[in-house]
Amino acid sequence: MNKLKLITKGIIHENPTFVLLLGMCPTLGTTTSAINGMSMGIATMAVLILSNMTISMVKNIIPDKVRIPSFIVIIASFVTVVQLLMQAYLPALYETLGVFIPLIVVNCIILGRAEAFASKNRVGDSALDGLGIGLGFTMSLTLIGAVREILGSGSIFGFTFASQGMPLVFVLAPGAFLVLGYLMVLFNKFTAKKK
Amino acid sequence: MKSSLTNMVLVMLGITLVCSAAVGGVYTLTFDTIEQAKAQKLQSAYGEVLPAFDQLETTTVELAGQTLNVNIARMGQTIVGYAVESDANGFGGAIRMVVGFDAEGTVTGVKVLEQAETPGLGDLISKPASKVELSIVGRNPGKIKMAVTKDGGDVDALTAATITSRAYVNAVEKAFNAYLAQTQGAQATDGYSGATTQTNAEKKHQSGRKKKGGNNE
Repeated sequence: MNKLKLITKGIIHENPTFVLLLGMCPTLGTTTSAINGMSMGIATMAVLILSNMTISMVKNIIPDKVRIPSFIVIIASFVTVVQLLMQAYLPALYETLGVFIPLIVVNCIILGRAEAFASKNRVGDSALDGLGIGLGFTMSLTLIGAVREILGSGSIFGFTFASQGMPLVFVLAPGAFLVLGYLMVLFNKFTAKKK
Repeated sequence: MKSSLTNMVLVMLGITLVCSAAVGGVYTLTFDTIEQAKAQKLQSAYGEVLPAFDQLETTTVELAGQTLNVNIARMGQTIVGYAVESDANGFGGAIRMVVGFDAEGTVTGVKVLEQAETPGLGDLISKPASKVELSIVGRNPGKIKMAVTKDGGDVDALTAATITSRAYVNAVEKAFNAYLAQTQGAQATDGYSGATTQTNAEKKHQSGRKKKGGNNE
């Protein structure tokens, strides 16, 4: 598989949010605005690239029976590192994302890529796979966040264009399901033609 | 790789050692910055919950075995308010906050510093102008029933987050008791001992009322 394809497949044909339907909890929970969705996506992408590379590096010394606990320990460590760095240098963002940062540990995208890709491929490819899937996740979350922010609060990336009369439901939980559902339909309609 | 007891134990031990060393290292590196960020947040919280002031003096008040920080805000020589750091256990851990009082004991503002409540429900407690905040700010906790409406009190609870709202009310009440201990302790000749009695009496008074409210319901 060529290198570029490794990246683009994560964005389109194996898009974690719209095609694989993985990591739904942070997807629904953090996408109340475009910037929140994007930050969550980037945090997940950082963890994903680092854990993919590390797991790919140590895959040959890990005995099969303890591979899942080993992966989880590695992933949890990276998440804690990201959490501490965020708390130190981006405290406002840390506060907005709150409990979802530690929850990256149990995001099935990360363990899924570790098990399905990183434990079978070379370090470089694993990093690119992490980048691709991470970008796909970040773009999807930013898109959902943007749509919810536009429809629900009448602003985009914090710039307000309509301060009143927007249906609040899009910022609340039911809006997350609605937006995700419709975006999924659109996404699959367009990507289906390309196949 | 084939698993055997020895290699499983050795590999897990190795991985956990390396990982905990890495996490420990990052923790040490970021510790100071995190503390600074917290201190900065506390400073800006004082500004938010208090009326305009030009100097701040920090004292502590002993309350039911816990030491609370009470910050006295002055404008020139006049005391314009008190900012009390308080906390209570919510649904997902401790809720820490700063509560501002004016010289008469009216709440001038509440700012939640830390919380780990359920996202989308309880965590709305930290958003500005939440329902609970609105029904406390501008009122004197000594003059209203400090309990959520469900428990027969005067404070509106957040929808689907009664436990969080109760904790919030308790934290504000604790802050108010510390405020009373501070202000009345300052007037009493023998300082703290007088303050403690006052506070306990006030507490008994309030819990008595709370029980009555509950019975009525």
